[in-house]
Amino acid sequence: MLEKTLVAVLPFIVVLTIGAVFVGRYLARVFQGQHTFLTPIVGGVERGLLRIFGVRQDEEQTWKQYAVSLLLFNALGLCFLFILQLLQQWLPGNPQHLGAVRLDTAFNAAVSFMTNTNWQSYSGETTMSYLTQMLGMTVQNFLSAATGISVAIALVRGFVRRSTNSIGCFWVDLTRALVYVLLPMALVLSLVLVSQGTVQTLRPTVALTTLEGQAQRIAVGPAASQVAIKHVGTNGGGFFNANAAHPFESPNPFTDLLLVFSLLLIPAALPFTFGEMLGDRKQGTALFLAMLIMFSIGLGISLHYELAGNPALAQAGVAGGVNMEGKEQRFGPIMSTLFAQSTTVTSTGAVDSMHDSFTPIPGLIMVFNMTVGEVIFGGVGVGLVGMLLYVVLTLFIVGLMIGRTPEYLGKKLEPREMLMAVVGLLGPPIAMLLMAGLAFSIPSAVASAANTGSHGMTEIIYACASAAGNNGSAFAGLNANTPFYNVGLALLMLVGRFATILPGLAIAGSVAAKKRVQSGVTFSTTSTLFVFMLIFVVTIVGGLTYFSPLVLGPLLEFLKLR
Amino acid sequence: MKELKRALIVFGILVVITGIIYPLTVTGIAQLTMSHRANGSLVTVNGHVVGSELIGQQWTSPKYFHGRPSANNYDASSSGGSNLGPSSADLEKSVAERIAKVRSENGLAADATVPADLVTASASGLDPDISPESALLQVQRVAAARGLVPSAVENLVTVNTRKPFLGIWGQSRVNVLELNIALDKLSETP
Repeated sequence: MLEKTLVAVLPFIVVLTIGAVFVGRYLARVFQGQHTFLTPIVGGVERGLLRIFGVRQDEEQTWKQYAVSLLLFNALGLCFLFILQLLQQWLPGNPQHLGAVRLDTAFNAAVSFMTNTNWQSYSGETTMSYLTQMLGMTVQNFLSAATGISVAIALVRGFVRRSTNSIGCFWVDLTRALVYVLLPMALVLSLVLVSQGTVQTLRPTVALTTLEGQAQRIAVGPAASQVAIKHVGTNGGGFFNANAAHPFESPNPFTDLLLVFSLLLIPAALPFTFGEMLGDRKQGTALFLAMLIMFSIGLGISLHYELAGNPALAQAGVAGGVNMEGKEQRFGPIMSTLFAQSTTVTSTGAVDSMHDSFTPIPGLIMVFNMTVGEVIFGGVGVGLVGMLLYVVLTLFIVGLMIGRTPEYLGKKLEPREMLMAVVGLLGPPIAMLLMAGLAFSIPSAVASAANTGSHGMTEIIYACASAAGNNGSAFAGLNANTPFYNVGLALLMLVGRFATILPGLAIAGSVAAKKRVQSGVTFSTTSTLFVFMLIFVVTIVGGLTYFSPLVLGPLLEFLKLR
Repeated sequence: MKELKRALIVFGILVVITGIIYPLTVTGIAQLTMSHRANGSLVTVNGHVVGSELIGQQWTSPKYFHGRPSANNYDASSSGGSNLGPSSADLEKSVAERIAKVRSENGLAADATVPADLVTASASGLDPDISPESALLQVQRVAAARGLVPSAVENLVTVNTRKPFLGIWGQSRVNVLELNIALDKLSETP
């Protein structure tokens, strides 16, 4: 079994690393306005769009202007998606004649897709019309991902530039992220998916009679175009309720592998983009390695415990106690665990198996991945931003140890940067713990959990961690389609998203204004020691903040099951 | 105010590109070049659509191979799993009942272990596949119900087994609908 696992996982990691290096360099060229292999095809589209938008290619904004543009743009997206769901019954593209979405559900879904979370308290095929899925969900999948990439690029620019108050232009970054990166990747991926069996049609549900004479109704729809971008953009919201476990989203192991790869690709590439734009590749490699090491350790632990199976099932007479509950036969435990690890570290939230039915320790690792703030690769863009906030914190701690003002990439890190990093790193956990505490104190909110005892507790913790980390996956036994969870989790998603983005932009603005200093005595941020220091800080902050719920939830269940 | 106007223009145009042009382009290309796949890989027998190659169905007759348990009774208009946790008493109870049923239907010993996929609910509730072990375990029953030689039915299972991708990723599996259609054909040929 160990051999089989290594044969499946190691080549995947190698290919991912190679892909990330190349895509990382490509992204650097795109956002520095250099020529790429796609420029002859889409360069004209970029120029045309910017002209219509009334934006010059060399336009610059301060961090505050950048933030205002971003917030206005995101607020529009939120309102548009909210209203679209309420009006869908009167609009075309609704062959199932679905009614208006409930108010609290619609608010939750609008926030969820705007913040790149894609938490879904609704079931796709029975709630959202084809038009809502395309014009609402698919649009926000693109725009929230492009927003995330833009923020990351702006922050990188802040470190690259010196003595300036500008960090680039949001509209230019947004346009480039869409035209050069997200649209081409999603287009290719969606067509490959269709060739394997992912549906892409505007026809209504298929009604048929089976060989045994039973009636069956099969939901179809324009799924492939949405599935592709929900992975490339680490969004994760499924077209169908079962997400990528649905055979019409991921029909075979090849598509499954492709979907895992595509959700990791951009987040894994961005550290390399960072190094490339700095002109110091080692800096990017160090961040990538810290992410990869944490990813691999978590994956290893999860695989070890998931493949050991469920003792309760073994006792009942299941061969080997293999935990196939909530898993698809074509994927099996190894691929399902790889998918679960990848989707929770990257804040994607797509699933190819039901996380609620995993054994306790993998469940614990999934919650951990989300509670460290989605920085192990993380969501497109915001993952790198979150990791850089951790870098600031790490260097501050190191600075205390050696008694010097910390520096990163020749920029002095002063109280202002430190304050912003702490807001970004502690804002979401505090909000998350408050929300979880509130849920536990309201009987009806506790009753929403389908499972009882420690596992029921994990369901609620998971939901709050998923919302605050902008992940969107769920221990789906929790019925979160109640006004309390819809509104509470929506607010949590807003905190999780903007408590990362705004401090990130603020730091970008303040470091861009600084001179580059060469003090000579600095702590190397490309050394092995730094990589492990960073991992240590991430683990301590993520681990200790949530220590007690993790013990009472998954760990206790693990001990009881043995 | 100027910035809000600009945000409105950008948003409006990007909605058209990503929400209309993009999905309709994919739909157009998919329908023109691979409409069978794009429309749900539907399977036809004697001119009637009897299912989708990718979507599992409920099978109850002893003369057909049975698929995996489904948390939504194979309702393909509403997918999903059981979401029961590993320590759930409900899970333990349903699995024990399914194991007893599999043993009695297929004439297995009272202490015979059963492949996991045949007694646990899938993630989608629509899993079209079972493991080759789960299929082989049903060969005797199916052959007896149809008056066929077991080796012929077993051969059918082997022929219909799909391997993991490149032999590495995913699991070996048998598509239940395809297997049952092949089985009907085998019974028809004298």
